[in-house]
Amino acid sequence: MPTYKAPVREFMFLYRNVLHVDRHSNLPAFAEAPLDLVEQILGEGAKFCENVLQPLNAVGDHEGCKRSPDGSVTTPTGFKDAYRQLVDGGWPALGADPVYGGQGLPHVVSLAWNEMVSSANMAFGMYPGLSHGAYEAIHHHGSDAQKDMYLPKLVTGEWTGTMNLTEPHCGTDLGLLRTKAVPQGDGSYKISGQKIFISAGEHDLAENIIHLVIARIEGAPAGTKGISLFIVPKFLVNADGSLGARNGVVCGKIEEKMGIHGNATCVMQYEDAVGHLIGEPNKGLAVMFVMMNEARLGVGLQGVAQAEGAYQAALAFAKDRRQGRSLTGPKEPDQPADSILVHPDVRRMLMDIKSVTEGGRAFLFWTALYGDLLHKSPDPAVREKAGDYMALMTPVLKGFLTDRGYANATNCQQIYGGHGYIEEWGMSQFVRDARIAQIYEGANGIQALDLVGRKLAANGGRAVFTFFNEIDAFIADNADDAQMKPFIDALTSSKAQLQDGTMWLMQNGMSNFDNAGAASHDYLHLFGLTALTYMWALMVKASFDGKKGKPDPFFDAKIAVGRHYIDRVLPDAAAHLAKLKTGAGTVMALPADAF
Amino acid sequence: MKVLVPVKRVLDYNLKVKVKSDQSGVDLSNLKMAMNPFCEIAVEEAVRLKEKGVVTEIVAVSIGPEQAQETIRTALAMGADRGILVKVDGDVEPLAVAKILKGIVEAESPQLVILGKQAIDDDANQTGQMLAALLGWPQGTFAFKIDVASDKVTVTREVDGGLQTVALNLPAIVTTDLRLNEPRYASLPNIMKAKKKPIDVKAAADYGVDTAPRLKVLKVTEPPKRQGGVKVKTVAELVDKLKNEAGVL
Repeated sequence: MPTYKAPVREFMFLYRNVLHVDRHSNLPAFAEAPLDLVEQILGEGAKFCENVLQPLNAVGDHEGCKRSPDGSVTTPTGFKDAYRQLVDGGWPALGADPVYGGQGLPHVVSLAWNEMVSSANMAFGMYPGLSHGAYEAIHHHGSDAQKDMYLPKLVTGEWTGTMNLTEPHCGTDLGLLRTKAVPQGDGSYKISGQKIFISAGEHDLAENIIHLVIARIEGAPAGTKGISLFIVPKFLVNADGSLGARNGVVCGKIEEKMGIHGNATCVMQYEDAVGHLIGEPNKGLAVMFVMMNEARLGVGLQGVAQAEGAYQAALAFAKDRRQGRSLTGPKEPDQPADSILVHPDVRRMLMDIKSVTEGGRAFLFWTALYGDLLHKSPDPAVREKAGDYMALMTPVLKGFLTDRGYANATNCQQIYGGHGYIEEWGMSQFVRDARIAQIYEGANGIQALDLVGRKLAANGGRAVFTFFNEIDAFIADNADDAQMKPFIDALTSSKAQLQDGTMWLMQNGMSNFDNAGAASHDYLHLFGLTALTYMWALMVKASFDGKKGKPDPFFDAKIAVGRHYIDRVLPDAAAHLAKLKTGAGTVMALPADAF
Repeated sequence: MKVLVPVKRVLDYNLKVKVKSDQSGVDLSNLKMAMNPFCEIAVEEAVRLKEKGVVTEIVAVSIGPEQAQETIRTALAMGADRGILVKVDGDVEPLAVAKILKGIVEAESPQLVILGKQAIDDDANQTGQMLAALLGWPQGTFAFKIDVASDKVTVTREVDGGLQTVALNLPAIVTTDLRLNEPRYASLPNIMKAKKKPIDVKAAADYGVDTAPRLKVLKVTEPPKRQGGVKVKTVAELVDKLKNEAGVL
């Protein structure tokens, strides 16, 4: 069975050496979290994830969640106790607003906590994860009365939250939705309809569940312009905060899924359920989109988290498993065979995974720091750049890191040989759990369309040009640094490829939208590979600075892994560029009836 | 009642160390350090006594480098009230630690000192006993269970034959064994609060203690590699081998 050790050293390397998070200690939130305190928080959090959550990962996978005829749902053995420990430990409050009982730590710190939870037990982590989504929606758009009523208990984790968007006939195209809301004259609404794929929709972990539901108010315009967002609590909440009557919402069924079995994915039936509008009528989708960037960044994180968990298991197996001899002669002659770590093909997989996981983590943390600056910087120019980057990078993080995360999880399974295919070893769970991250929160094809159709062209392409300029400045600053040369060369050519692809899209995507659509997947991957080149350049530079000319196992390894990335992973970018430039060509060549 | 809990910064128990090539010791560079697990048990016990209302103040002490402050912070996050760091670089032997602790006890006047029975780095298992001797206080070592009532502490000890219960007059020294309790995970609010709790920084000289080593390490080596065993066919053969080859019977 896999075990997990949280990569706290990696997180601190990013905070201290690469992102220099302490530069921002003049800002609120950052002032409360000096890095030695952050290290202690993550160290204690790591123990909880390693010793409490991770041992339940396989239990959740085997047992799944069970629905009783009355619609109540039982989570896997141990989840309830672990959730109580999570709440007692105060962890759900980590990144939340101190006004409502949160600890107010920066998002870039919560991200490390979320990665640890997700690596240890992704299905479990989704319960507090969804609560945080509901918290964000109410915090940003709720009335003061709604905030006072719902936020404190979402922050402690005493209550959990959900997001109810999808209906049987509408997922991506929410304009088709049918769930209706009937005004009651007292400011409340009665909500009726069916929602599907609702993660954490019903369970036994908390005393109340705050559902956020999109629905159409009677008489509202058709399509996306008639969608409103409602708070629908499982138990109505009295004015004094105590729980009142059971609301008209029930779990009709638990979906049987490929993975994340420990999370109850529910079909939810709403029948005259009392709901309260958040924000203005018919503006529900705008409210949802505000939260989408952070939620999607969180899903990109799951890609990295699953690859990290699977990598740790695969590495331990590769060191332990003895088969055959090294191609260059026995490395451990006193043993009957060498460990499979001696084989170049095993090393290839491990290094590919390690370089993309570490680079991907850096990309996530780098972007999340902009997420913090977007809300906290006093400088409008910084906030503008931060907003541009958050918007532009989100689909890349989500699409690229979950595609790679899944591929990396399967390579970890591959290292186990036949044992990887046997459930007992736990590797299949990583593959099955990682798979969903490519699909939910906007399938990766949608991410690619969001990137080329919406994000790239926004404000005349300001975000992507800012990114190019930042890379150019880094190249210019380090042009004379001989030890950085391979990385600067790789970054120069990699950025040129991305620029080439971007120009191609601008020239060919507008005249024929199918060109943009057909190129979008490859463009997203080209973008991801380029962004990771930049991250590796930053990390390698930080490592040279850190080692100060002396051998250092940590920094030396970083430099070697960065070199592997530019030599063995980055070349994929050229293939993506070549493919995207063929546009709609062969993709759309066959007439529909020829399929 | 005030309790003093000494905590030691040691190599994380999950990690393996390598012997330095010159055999002068083990190589700790770049390895993660953490609180000695037996000290964690001592902190946990003190916090439980405080939660029961028996103890009013917990003072965590660490003797070591600047970074030992992190170890004190961990104790503060678990529930200790304040810390004292006695800054000493290099190795500190149990006798020097016991002498420094004696100085702190005289300054702080706790009724109870709870220590880990040993540290997992040198496994000396001496500090608690030495401190008891220096102070002339009773000692209950290898505690499995502790009950404090007015002027007495009853300690159930793990001994070779089973459990032994002793009653000590306070003030007293208790050292913890593995099964005394299971230390808690520090909660996030308590970690945040811990950063505001005070830590006094002192030097060994403040207690008039010379920490120069009195022991000389001749050589540190890896334990010998385990040799393959042999299978015996009968009990008689086993007894014969134990008698004649191993010489243990």
